[in-house]
Amino acid sequence: MLPAIEIENVHKHFGSLHALKGVSLTIEQGEFFGLLGPNGAGKSTLINILAGLTRMDSGAVTVMGHDVVKDYRQSRYSLGVVPQELVFDPFFSVRELLEIQAGYFGQRKTSGKWIDRLLEGLKLTDKASSNMRSLSGGMKRRVLIAQALVHKPQVVILDEPTAGVDVELRSSLWEFIQMLHQEGHTIVLTTHYLEEAEMLCDRIGIINQGEMIALDSKEALLAKGVGQLRTLRITLANHIEALPDLVKSKLQHASANVLEIRLDRHNDSIVAMMDALRDAGGEVVDIAIEESDLEDVFIELTRQAT
Amino acid sequence: MNFSGLYTLFYKEILRFAKVALQTVLAPVVTALLYLLVFSHVLEEHVEVYDNISYTAFLIPGLMMMSIIQNAFANSSSSLIQSKITGNIIFVLLTPLSYLEFYLAFLFASIVRALVVGIGIFLVAMGFVELPVHNALYLFLFAFLSSAVLGSIGIIAGIWSERFDHLAGFQNFIIMPLSFLSGVFYSIHSLPPFWQLLSKFNPFFYMIDGFRYGFFGVSDINPLYSLAVVFVAWTLLAVLTLNMLRVGYKLRN
Ligand SMILES: Nc1ncnc2c1ncn2[C@@H]1O[C@H](COP(=O)(O)OP(=O)(O)OP(=O)(O)O)[C@@H](O)[C@H]1O
Ligand SMILES: [Mg+2]
Repeated sequence: MLPAIEIENVHKHFGSLHALKGVSLTIEQGEFFGLLGPNGAGKSTLINILAGLTRMDSGAVTVMGHDVVKDYRQSRYSLGVVPQELVFDPFFSVRELLEIQAGYFGQRKTSGKWIDRLLEGLKLTDKASSNMRSLSGGMKRRVLIAQALVHKPQVVILDEPTAGVDVELRSSLWEFIQMLHQEGHTIVLTTHYLEEAEMLCDRIGIINQGEMIALDSKEALLAKGVGQLRTLRITLANHIEALPDLVKSKLQHASANVLEIRLDRHNDSIVAMMDALRDAGGEVVDIAIEESDLEDVFIELTRQAT
Repeated sequence: MNFSGLYTLFYKEILRFAKVALQTVLAPVVTALLYLLVFSHVLEEHVEVYDNISYTAFLIPGLMMMSIIQNAFANSSSSLIQSKITGNIIFVLLTPLSYLEFYLAFLFASIVRALVVGIGIFLVAMGFVELPVHNALYLFLFAFLSSAVLGSIGIIAGIWSERFDHLAGFQNFIIMPLSFLSGVFYSIHSLPPFWQLLSKFNPFFYMIDGFRYGFFGVSDINPLYSLAVVFVAWTLLAVLTLNMLRVGYKLRN
């Protein structure tokens, strides 16, 4: 099957800044892909190149098999992009805006019912005839999503769709995006909420300073490196002057009577740690175990790379 | 061609100025009317540029063309700079519209706004003085081509400008002086030779002179020649604008 998105060795400079340093990435149809990376990593730049908003210096990019430069018409029919910035046209109402957007794709006459469905799905029906200026930030964000979907693209890219969105709306957006995915859309999501990526995405790419530093399924990422580690937090009733060597070697952080110990999932034994502490005269009052999550993997990988 | 997309962008650009018609249509008509009242009152008794044509009548085509020029420019340039600064230009750039379709939509919206303002001034001016129409085709051609020229310049200025004051500079230092010094208020024959020569390098002069011919059948220059000048100007500008759009100059950095 044709990949939904194929990015080959893309370079992009902004003046002297090398924003993308030969990024390659293939996303299959039907995937839910998470594109992660710290601020300024180059995520939006890559998305803009996919959407034709920015020209790459070199490399090749296709969407549903259509080259984004040579076959830009076809590739843009296949792609819906929710931009990161809350941009809107202050002259129009929500419905006008959606009809106009559909019209650019030659679907003004046929879009009525679909627009109704989008408005309903995004809980915007009662705002349909409101001017964009009068909407709250979260509502504007939902209009942006509707705008990206108005021409029924197969591939949907959402650039931080949940930034600045309240808890309730966030989970309703998740539901909506998951529904799109179940309907067969390929989804690419960028976010700074790592739990969000961990919960939603099947495969994850981490980009840092213009380079793809990790690209794997979520499970594989979590199973590698720091993903194998967990943190044991032990609270003692008393203070131990000389910590046993076994504990010392794994100690990550100690404050007052709380010890944070990093343990390998397979090679270290929690029981051995506890025993060593007791032998040293420690009286354990509480223990907590924290599994590593995507956030730990992310921090570890982006720290190594810089 | 994505005609339906082209039409949508054109329609959106029309809506954009129609929704604020007070400012985009009525205001220029009132301004032109003020010029007409002041200048015709002061000069009516003293100046007769062409035989048997009152100064007020002489003035009206010039004022119409000046407003056509300024409004065609204002429409495309202000729309582009606003969408660039607010960022909503991406909603057009994301679509399958080609650079040619993009150009035509902005161009025709500019032309429509300019013609609406021009006709508005004409209708109001009819209340003051009876204007003959010597050749309606010339009137149309000059109005159409001149707004096409200025609509294109407006697109170029809108793309090139990064801030409102860049655009204001364009407007105040290029469009306004050239449109005022193009023979709106006088015939260039009344100027000293040096200024006459200089006027002939001003493309707006040909627009006004040819347009005036359409009403009175008299002009400083052969109207066919003027028509050729305006047409060539448009062709060159269209090539330039289309190339800027094709490479995505400042729009798809
Ligand atoms: N138009 C531009 N002109 C100059 N530099 C730019 C431009 N767009 C992006 N950059 C630079 O390119 C780099 C990558 O930016 P980009 O917006 O792609 O980051 P990002 O990964 O989306 O970050 P964030 O998470 O903050 O959205 C940054 O250093 C940014 O300053
Ligand atoms: Mg970004």
